[in-house]
Amino acid sequence: MDSRPKLHYPNGRGRMESIRWALAAAGVEFDEEFLETREQLQRLQNGNHLLFQQVPMVEIDGMKLVQTRSILHYIAEKYHLFGSDLKEKTLIDMYVEGTLDLLEMIIMHPFLKPDDQQKEVVGMTQKAVLRYFPVFEKILRDHGQTFLVGNQLSLADVILLQTILALEEKVPHILTSFPYLQEFSVKISNIPTIRKFLEPGSKKKPPPDDSYVRTVYTLFAP
Amino acid sequence: MAGKPRLHYFNGRGRMETVRWLLAAAGVEFEEQFFETRDEFEKLIQGGTLMFEQVPMVEIDGMNLVETRAILRYIAAKYDLYGRNLKEQAWIDMYVEGLKDLSDMIMYFPLSLPEEKDMNLEYILERATSRFFPVYEKALRNHGQDFLVGNRLSWADIQLLEVILMAEECKPSVLSDFPLLQEFKARISHIPTINKFLQPGSQRKPPLDEESIKTVKNIFKFERGMFLKNMATIVAEY
Repeated sequence: MDSRPKLHYPNGRGRMESIRWALAAAGVEFDEEFLETREQLQRLQNGNHLLFQQVPMVEIDGMKLVQTRSILHYIAEKYHLFGSDLKEKTLIDMYVEGTLDLLEMIIMHPFLKPDDQQKEVVGMTQKAVLRYFPVFEKILRDHGQTFLVGNQLSLADVILLQTILALEEKVPHILTSFPYLQEFSVKISNIPTIRKFLEPGSKKKPPPDDSYVRTVYTLFAP
Repeated sequence: MAGKPRLHYFNGRGRMETVRWLLAAAGVEFEEQFFETRDEFEKLIQGGTLMFEQVPMVEIDGMNLVETRAILRYIAAKYDLYGRNLKEQAWIDMYVEGLKDLSDMIMYFPLSLPEEKDMNLEYILERATSRFFPVYEKALRNHGQDFLVGNRLSWADIQLLEVILMAEECKPSVLSDFPLLQEFKARISHIPTINKFLQPGSQRKPPLDEESIKTVKNIFKFERGMFLKNMATIVAEY
């Protein structure tokens, strides 16, 4: 019997949050080891636990997986969040990659100069509303199904929901012009594993604050 | 029967080059449609075939694939360059993601501000020789096999060769401390399909020069300072 996956990362969202979402959506319980000091990170590096000296790292099935996308793909394959054939998998891949491009702006946001942060909120809103949301709105409208691909939950649905909710924290009415995405957001949030993840006390992390930013600088600044 | 895959990009390496490598290594003939100006690029966007208004885009098997990684994964899966099981796939994924980090830095390097060129080059070479190449050297040393994963050619081997050659263009002696990578380079270069791709007249693209840098900047409207943003994990003073 495999033991639970173990996540190595600071105690905050960053690049690990998508992985938390994916595991939670798949109903997989996991443990976390939070990086707080440089010494901890160095111990991981010196112990050869990090293939490229970087986190995220997830211990799973006897492997120490690194690189966010590798980890997400592994989880999606293993827990059937990747469609039922190569074409579905490829659609899911495209949707996930596009969404991760948008999510990247959110991940980097706390590390911008304070003066640039507001401008970036405008930038990410524009990208969301002009480039990404219309694509997914159309997909949902065209096939009329609950899920983006293949009429079943996939990584694409999970990452899109994560991104929508993160954007709504900064721009509450960002889905105003997207009725299908609004419905999508509600429906996917109500899937039992995801609803559990959205409740207080879950491993979902709060929005990044000053303390998180300071921790990241402590750990990773050269 | 579907026609040949058709690649939509500008006439240069950029993010499409790894796709060209993978198709070539798999022995798959492909066509290319180049756009050369901002107008031509915008016409492509307006044509509605770019899901997120971005390139690369590859027409293949009735789909208009976008997002470099999605394209590469499709090709790798289709042409059996993605390992034989989930664990091999995970290793290939990790290796290519690491290579992408390094190759992105090299890709963006020509767009450096003049005053940052030396610093960026030093950083790239330092990363190559202390973070990335040691990983692949060690992998080859540990299993003593010809290929990175599963004792057969995969996407990881093809992209490693590509990135080795890019790094050597930055500094010819960059592999001097990596004897196994030197052997690997020679070995993989001699695979017939890859060897063919390395010959003059193939669809392999040259590095950017003064002229093509201008073209690229014009088409994609790169912002000042974008390169540094992509090189550093943390970009801001705090």
